[in-house]
Amino acid sequence: MIYEFFNNLFGSEIIAGFIAASLPLLIFILPFALIAVLLERKVAGHMQDRLGPMRVGYHGILQTVADIIKLLQKEDIIARDNDKLLFNIAPILVFAGSYAAFAAIPFTSAYIGANIDLGIFYIIAVTGLVVAGILMAGWASNNKYSLLGAMRSAAQIVSYEIPTILVVLTLVMFTGTTNLMTLSENQTALFWNWNIFGGPELSLAKFLLIPFMIIAFLIIYISTLAEVNRTPFDIPEAESELVSGYHTEYSGMKFAMFFLAEYANMFAVSAIVSALFFGGYHSPFGYLGNTLDIQWLIPVEQFFWFTFKGVFFVFVQMWLRWTLPRLRVDQLMTASWKYLIPIAFVNLLIVGIITLI
Amino acid sequence: MKEYFNNIFTALYTIFVGMKITFRHLFIPAVTIQYPDVKLKLPERERNRLYVNMDDCIGCDQCSRACPVSCIEIETVKSIPGEDLGKTSNGKKKVLWVTKFNIDFAKCCYCQLCVFPCPTECIYMTDVYEFSEYERENLIYDFVTLTPEEREQKKLNYEKFMAEKAAADAAAKQAPKEEPKKES
Ligand code: SF4
Ligand code: SF4
Repeated sequence: MIYEFFNNLFGSEIIAGFIAASLPLLIFILPFALIAVLLERKVAGHMQDRLGPMRVGYHGILQTVADIIKLLQKEDIIARDNDKLLFNIAPILVFAGSYAAFAAIPFTSAYIGANIDLGIFYIIAVTGLVVAGILMAGWASNNKYSLLGAMRSAAQIVSYEIPTILVVLTLVMFTGTTNLMTLSENQTALFWNWNIFGGPELSLAKFLLIPFMIIAFLIIYISTLAEVNRTPFDIPEAESELVSGYHTEYSGMKFAMFFLAEYANMFAVSAIVSALFFGGYHSPFGYLGNTLDIQWLIPVEQFFWFTFKGVFFVFVQMWLRWTLPRLRVDQLMTASWKYLIPIAFVNLLIVGIITLI
Repeated sequence: MKEYFNNIFTALYTIFVGMKITFRHLFIPAVTIQYPDVKLKLPERERNRLYVNMDDCIGCDQCSRACPVSCIEIETVKSIPGEDLGKTSNGKKKVLWVTKFNIDFAKCCYCQLCVFPCPTECIYMTDVYEFSEYERENLIYDFVTLTPEEREQKKLNYEKFMAEKAAADAAAKQAPKEEPKKES
């Protein structure tokens, strides 16, 4: 594991822990956010028959780098009537909440921040910090639009957490573990063993489970989409009615923190969905490293597959964003309480019964 | 109950229809024109910034009078005998020095009304449409080809010529009057 490696290298637990903790941020989240923002704009452009950014670098590939430099240089504006303390803590809290989730996400079989047994529940619990941060940001901004956005966001995240947890519960019941590492390890080898295809055990139950697993996947995908405030569930930052929701008053680096947290979140939920249903970091076709007998190649391949799956789901999120219009508040609540939650419950029961048989 | 499942089905179905459409558009070539690099071909009779070919301008002031917003300012000075101003391209003889020909493009409404009355067709529309400025004064274009000193010179020349002529006239008037006096 990475942590032990650094521990041996520096002979100090603190330095090793520090490096191991900042590793996903530096080598993963920042580059991912840079690429994802560009991808989002390019996807948006091409879906509307436009080109997207074209000016900075070849076909605009350096656009986000330029944007970051611009954000770094910007003045950090704090309005007179803001609640200074909360205003300054909020972006840190939001980012910490979404970053902490990465601790329990297995990137490869060789790297996971903290291999905790309650992995999936830890993630759900710690992302709750984001709600607190968003509410703080909205309240401290002393701006009606920010507050409205924050309240909508809190209501939305809290109500969509229920279907998410119900589906997670279904999976936990089915696999018997809450450790994301074990969960991924269970779905090893070919894609036929993934949970969406009924898990690794070959029996009649496997085939019976497939439709219900697909339903479970759809539910968790929709509800995580709502949890990260993406269209069609983006009423918290509805540009056309609320300027941009809870981060209206922020500028410069603090705004960048919210932005980074949003994209980190997008990847985190995609990673969770792929770990739960699509084999996590496992390759769908077996490993080149096994065939060629090169051991170090396997984690690299796993990292590739993990990123690939994550980015694919992020792409689908963007795809949905440019397809669907925004939901109204009441429609949003209807979708969660009247449709997703009952279906998730029934699904939980059925999967439970099938697993028992 | 039936409606409930119907709703779910319609929701999912319509989402997939929409996604299919957007996915198809992902591969349709973009219609964007990369403006400063690529420019659309302008229509044949487009009206943009005016240009005045001063070699042909006879200073007749017709364009200025036709202009509905009075944004053309023309001042002319008569030439003195012996000065050759040349001819316009359609054979008219030029007799006036144009010492001021300002067009204020901040006022101009690009109606092209000044273009038609010009007898020598020397004021016309070009295809330049990118001439924004930070100062409004910079939009006043001076088309006169003479240098400021030359303009002054022409004015002085004319005044001097007129003064000389007036003096000569006065002298000519006085001379015949005085002669009969002497005789009588
Ligand atoms: S185009 Fe119209 S407004 Fe402009 S100078 Fe000519 S007559 Fe005047
Ligand atoms: S109408 Fe033509 S010739 Fe006459 S002053 Fe205007 S530009 Fe010169």
